[in-house]
Amino acid sequence: MENAQSDLLTVIGAIGGVLVLASAIGGILHLRLSPNGENAAIDNLNDRIRSWWIMVIAMSLAFLGGKAGVILLFGFCSFAALREFMTLTSANRHDHWSLVCAFFVVPPIQYYLIWIGWYGLYAIFIPVYVFLLLPIISAFRGETRNFLIRVAEMQWALMICVFCASHVPALLNLKIPGYEGRNVLLIAFLVVVVQLSDVLQYVWGKLIGRRKIAPALSPSKTVEGFVGGSLSATAVGAALWWMTPFNPWQAAIMAFTITMLGFCGGLVMSAIKRDRGIKDWGHSIAGHGGFIDRLDSVVFSAPIFFHLTRYYFSLG
Amino acid sequence: MVNRTTASTSMPRRVAAMITGRAITLFARVLTAVQAIWQGALPDSRVQRIYYANHSSHGDFILVWSILPTRLRQQTRPVAGADYWGGSGLRAFIGRDVFNALLIERQADGRSTDPVETMAQTLDEGSSLILFPEGTRNLTDEVLLPFKSGLYHLAKARPKVELVPVWIENLNRVLPKGSFIPVPLMCRVILGAPLWLAEDESKEAFLTRSRDALLALKPGREA
Repeated sequence: MENAQSDLLTVIGAIGGVLVLASAIGGILHLRLSPNGENAAIDNLNDRIRSWWIMVIAMSLAFLGGKAGVILLFGFCSFAALREFMTLTSANRHDHWSLVCAFFVVPPIQYYLIWIGWYGLYAIFIPVYVFLLLPIISAFRGETRNFLIRVAEMQWALMICVFCASHVPALLNLKIPGYEGRNVLLIAFLVVVVQLSDVLQYVWGKLIGRRKIAPALSPSKTVEGFVGGSLSATAVGAALWWMTPFNPWQAAIMAFTITMLGFCGGLVMSAIKRDRGIKDWGHSIAGHGGFIDRLDSVVFSAPIFFHLTRYYFSLG
Repeated sequence: MVNRTTASTSMPRRVAAMITGRAITLFARVLTAVQAIWQGALPDSRVQRIYYANHSSHGDFILVWSILPTRLRQQTRPVAGADYWGGSGLRAFIGRDVFNALLIERQADGRSTDPVETMAQTLDEGSSLILFPEGTRNLTDEVLLPFKSGLYHLAKARPKVELVPVWIENLNRVLPKGSFIPVPLMCRVILGAPLWLAEDESKEAFLTRSRDALLALKPGREA
């Protein structure tokens, strides 16, 4: 247990070091190239780095706060992401009671189930119970226009923002032989690899990116950024094997899997944004956009990372 | 605060009003994550204005009020119906004391004061106004109801005051009619470029033009 704590502090310290380096580079770029804000890309970079400081501090405090901290943090993120998503759906005043349930009933239940570790229920609560019950509430209002679109979009919002996101803290529930008391490091591994992959794709793309990889979905993503970012994130993931229950090869495969899922998750969420004619999901996180802009890749990789680990490494 | 009609109001009541105002503003901001988008007007300008907005919720003027910088907010008074916000009790406290609302009699029959004249006088005292030219809350599926003529008469009476269109997005989804639990959908308040009544502009032409200017701010799906 103390071992886990000291490993956690090592990881946090390393991330802090990376951030100090990033802030220094951002500061130099600012002084050299954009002292009065002439270069929007550099200003955005510095906004992003500043927001990273806040996110890393919040995340570190949550991790050090143990299970309660992690559940509270991701519960809050789910709620913030859900409001961004629901705002863009076609849910209207006829769905008001469904929305009330979606905001104030479903997330607390889902996170409570994770708190008590009832896998059998939290794995199906939203995909089965909410999926069937929520449209009933909307149907009772008798408004049929766009009905399927409305209920499907609300279900999608809950699946992405609550169900998938809640699989991050659910990692605490896995019982892995020889890994007792260290599960929070599994979350740190997932979050570090996914976010680092996003950052490295951004860095590689800015440095040598030429060919656009998905111009219709995400004009800023390049082939060079994708290859460089995912390979280097996989390498970092393999190097972090000591904080996981995996050996270096397993860690590399896991890191590669979550990197791919994270990348594709970003594309899926971009497709939704393009369809709705927006650039960012929100405006809460300076330089990044909304919560979903930062969480999209985590959300897509968390459930599959959870189930792969559970299937191959856990006792249930 | 010169124009506050609080001469007869007791000190504790004024303090309570100030605290309530802060609390309501904070609540509105947290609930709706409201984002102000100043598209054509500047927030720090010292000019006198009539902000005219679409109206679909009792919270509309609260939201407009909460996005104004403090100094602007202190000199801006929402125009509200005396039938709803007047009288006594909590609504009157919020309407009169907290928001310093300018209460007008909406029904033409048997009213003792002329709303346009009241509003013009308030402008003469140096205040800005928040006005809902549809005259009533829009509870229909229409995007925006036709404007009542009040905006025209006011623009004619005080032709130098800037008219700033304000589009309030999503608040009617946060708290639809008949519900009492708000849902935290995100709102935006979009403020457009100011306009004025042109010389020789007819009432119909002006009302159409000002309404179109407001509609033009409404974000489309394909922005």
